[in-house]
Amino acid sequence: MRRMLFSLAAPVGAFVVTIIISSIALMLFGSNPISAFGDMLGHAAKLETQVDILNRATPLYISAIAAAIGFRMNLFNIGVEGQYLFAFLIAAQVGSLVVLPQVFHILLITTVAVAVGAAYAGIAGVLKVTRGVNEVISTIMLNAIAISGLIAFLQQRWQAEQENFTSTTLGTNPIEESGLIPNINGLLEIFTRDIGQGKELTGMLIVAGVVGFGYHFLLTRMRFGFDLRASGMNPFAARAGGVPPKQMVVAAMVLSGAAAGLIGLVELNEKAKFSPNPIKGLGFAGIAVALLGRNHPAGMIFAALLFAFLDVSAGILQNTQAATKEIVNIMQGIVLLVAVIAYGVTGRIQAREEARATAEALQETEGRVTEGTEVAV
Amino acid sequence: MSKFNELPAWLRWPIYALLGILLLTLVQIISDTDRLTRVSTSREMLRWAVPIFLAGLGGLFSERAGVVNIGLEGMVILGMWFGAWGSITYGPWIGLLIGIFGGALGGLLHAIATVTFNVDHIISGVAINILAPAITRYLSDEVWASPTTSPATSTPDRYDLPILGGGTVGGWESPDILQSVAQREWFFVSETAELLRGLTTNLHFVSIVSLLLVPFTSWLIWRTRFGLRLRISGENPNAGEAQGINIVFYKYVGVIISGGLAGLGGAFISTELSGLFQGGNSAGRGFIGLAALIFGNWRPGGVLFGALLFGYVFGLDLKDLDGTASHALLLVNTIVLAGVVVWALARKRISDAVLAGLLGLGAFYWWLSAEAVPGWWSNILPYVLVLLVLVFFAQRLRMPVALGQPYRKGGR
Repeated sequence: MRRMLFSLAAPVGAFVVTIIISSIALMLFGSNPISAFGDMLGHAAKLETQVDILNRATPLYISAIAAAIGFRMNLFNIGVEGQYLFAFLIAAQVGSLVVLPQVFHILLITTVAVAVGAAYAGIAGVLKVTRGVNEVISTIMLNAIAISGLIAFLQQRWQAEQENFTSTTLGTNPIEESGLIPNINGLLEIFTRDIGQGKELTGMLIVAGVVGFGYHFLLTRMRFGFDLRASGMNPFAARAGGVPPKQMVVAAMVLSGAAAGLIGLVELNEKAKFSPNPIKGLGFAGIAVALLGRNHPAGMIFAALLFAFLDVSAGILQNTQAATKEIVNIMQGIVLLVAVIAYGVTGRIQAREEARATAEALQETEGRVTEGTEVAV
Repeated sequence: MSKFNELPAWLRWPIYALLGILLLTLVQIISDTDRLTRVSTSREMLRWAVPIFLAGLGGLFSERAGVVNIGLEGMVILGMWFGAWGSITYGPWIGLLIGIFGGALGGLLHAIATVTFNVDHIISGVAINILAPAITRYLSDEVWASPTTSPATSTPDRYDLPILGGGTVGGWESPDILQSVAQREWFFVSETAELLRGLTTNLHFVSIVSLLLVPFTSWLIWRTRFGLRLRISGENPNAGEAQGINIVFYKYVGVIISGGLAGLGGAFISTELSGLFQGGNSAGRGFIGLAALIFGNWRPGGVLFGALLFGYVFGLDLKDLDGTASHALLLVNTIVLAGVVVWALARKRISDAVLAGLLGLGAFYWWLSAEAVPGWWSNILPYVLVLLVLVFFAQRLRMPVALGQPYRKGGR
């Protein structure tokens, strides 16, 4: 119980501090924080907004898991950004080339996305174990190479191949209906009223749930997950215990990239193609969500929902003019920074308390031992 | 070869540069372009290199003190905004100062998180990279009623160096020696002079400061008490602490200087390069600066060399609308990779030789089969270069020993 309170104190405290700091930022420029936050909450109470939030939380959650797989192994996969955009483009192009029965078509697109993400992340893993290249630097470079190199090149090339090309057909060719995961409005409407405004709850939500469960299962129920965590906590001990460190690095990067490959599928299903301006930044936001949720499958759900809520709230702030909408991104940044500091502080307090408790317990048993035997050994 | 490595750095880097120019001159003879050694190319190179160099040098101060600084990109962005705001409100000179201040604020934040609270350096850097664009968008929207664009900024006048660049000193118009050499058409010498003219004429104040910062930083880091203490904070903080050095203080100073330099680079972007603040104009230069830092093996001269190299690729692309000059650069890549093959074979590193050979053949094939190179290739070439340098030379680089490790006073 005490433990749980401890682990809750940091994120809740971070959130309170964020509210305070962003209120000050709002007041500095003459906005009323109470009406701004009121607008955000009132907006979020609507069912349609909640669909938007879930649609946004879905890719954020998958992205967070991609980052978390690396973190568990003490690897920083900064390259989720490049991996998901590249996987998105290739999957959309492959998906547009064929028409298959629905199950196979969806499976094909998903497999391609996962494979591309895994392969691209794998490069960084292989470079690390064979050449000693730090994965932070190599994934930053690979991000730039994917986004301004490979994607720019392939987009131009496939664009040029399109017949009767117009500005509305920018991006890859559309994917046939059979390749798209249907929305799950029906599932939500069992519990609520009908969803209006033409909003569609993405079917990828279920995929995200499966990925989250898979992540949990992998880490807590499988040998591989145990090896992964062991190598992350103490690579030397793990190695002594027979865990091959090099294979673990590559495996963790590949797995992280595989999850990253799924991120873009949310937008792929929504737009049925790779649009010329895909949603960017989900990879970096995913790192933030993973840190905020402490790499915990349930914690990351809350963090993803919080980030999605803030993202979606930007729209309403613009409508009501209660505040500049950019405040939501500031809140995301602050909550992340304050939370990681708070985790550090509570972690230290916890460690100190544990050390003290252990020392006290030791003293007690020692006392009992000396009382019982009377003779010092 | 080992004799060559014993030469001092200030002699070694110019020799590399001269070899590079010789290579460019030779390649140019058989290519249908003369852009590789034009003064406009080297002028663009310097303009592109300055922010990259300043970010990289910022990284040097931070990482020499043992703090990894992925947040450089965010600090460049803060510098861009504050520099633009300062120059619009108070004029060009104060603008640069405010830009430095803005970047230093980012550095301070990074120092508080990493040094005081021992947050993982990369996590804190990622947080700053998320926070900085958000802050600048918010401030722009409040101040200029647009989240992404500011009004035009102002920047100080440019200078020509006396004697080397024909600048005027107290009314006396000095001769322009480099230009007269460049016009002689002496093989290699004229090309070198032409390229050097880009570094001596039409110089921005910040460019001059950047070039002067190289010897200054070398002196500061290697020859002063401050530098020694800064370095021990990054090499072995506990040993430094045992000598009574306030490690926390030096780490703070290092990271704040780091932010200030990145901020100056940002202010240079928004006041000189683009003439206004525009979201996304940092174009990853903080990250490229980090790459230049690694390329330069955590040394000031190396950082400048790396920044100029990356700046050259970007600057060449800017004036190279038909892609022929970038195409000629492919041949340069081929020859350099062939050099790596020889180097690797001499050291009996067969896998390196095979890898470099394959990449070199690929570049050569591309050079043969295409007439021009598309623009996206030049955009990613610096990143590819960094990856290649890391792939072939990662084990030869020497970073500060305690880089990225948490430090607690008293070793607790």
